[in-house]
Amino acid sequence: MTGAIWNLLLGLAWVLLSGDFTGLNLLVGMIFGYIALLLIEPQVESLKGYPARVPRMIGFVGFFIKELVQANLRVAFDILTPPWHMKPGVIAFPLSAQTEMEITMVANLISLTPGTLSLDVSDDRKVLYIHAMFLDDEEELRNNLKEMEHRALELFR
Amino acid sequence: MIEFIKGTLLITGASFMLLAAIGLLRLPDLLTRMHATTKAAALGVVLIMLASAMHFAEVGVVARSFAIIVFILITAPIAAHVIGRAGYFVGSRLWSGTVKDELRPNYDPLTHELKSGLETHENAKRHPRATDPD
Repeated sequence: MTGAIWNLLLGLAWVLLSGDFTGLNLLVGMIFGYIALLLIEPQVESLKGYPARVPRMIGFVGFFIKELVQANLRVAFDILTPPWHMKPGVIAFPLSAQTEMEITMVANLISLTPGTLSLDVSDDRKVLYIHAMFLDDEEELRNNLKEMEHRALELFR
Repeated sequence: MIEFIKGTLLITGASFMLLAAIGLLRLPDLLTRMHATTKAAALGVVLIMLASAMHFAEVGVVARSFAIIVFILITAPIAAHVIGRAGYFVGSRLWSGTVKDELRPNYDPLTHELKSGLETHENAKRHPRATDPD
């Protein structure tokens, strides 16, 4: 978090000093700020782990957009063709997220990808009940959800 | 070139919205309808907002479009989750083609207790939490 704030401040300083108030210039400033933070990371305790987290964040956004488009096309195909190919069902998905914040993020991400909708968390916070639209390959669906959860948790820990 | 990209974004966005509407009419039960409306509509809004940001290309408009995208992506899944959950627990029927339901056996409609199915004797007991109402 400290790392992100410093990166933004360095970006704003770049914009002020270069006197070019555009979004593109702010992006350039943030990139230079990131490089500076990367160089001083070994010496500053509070920056630990920030430089490694940024590429993971970008990778996660890319992965998520890919999943989003793929799943949307699948749902679209099923809506437009007359016979139903879908096999909906409610599955119990064991969570490795622990705190309330992590569970909220994971449940939200699962709800956001088409084809899966998080219904409820069990009282002991161990299992997330998910309504899935395509259960013809349950193993694969579970693996996909696991990968998404794993990648999302990497960002917060 | 930029005209072409803008046009494509607008048309795909609008068709996803149309798809959401068709899905709402065609799909058989509440939960599958929630799938169609929230996600396809959210993706539609995102694409249309990207197109409008590209068209105006001013700081104010771009900032607002991105704010709209972020808020849609934060709120849409929460709304879907709450409506779906409420619908499920007040007993709206699932479609006849539903292949499995792992929630029903773990839910106790009298106490509203939801078990995880992973219980041992130890953690099956209900522990009072600080957030419980008195």
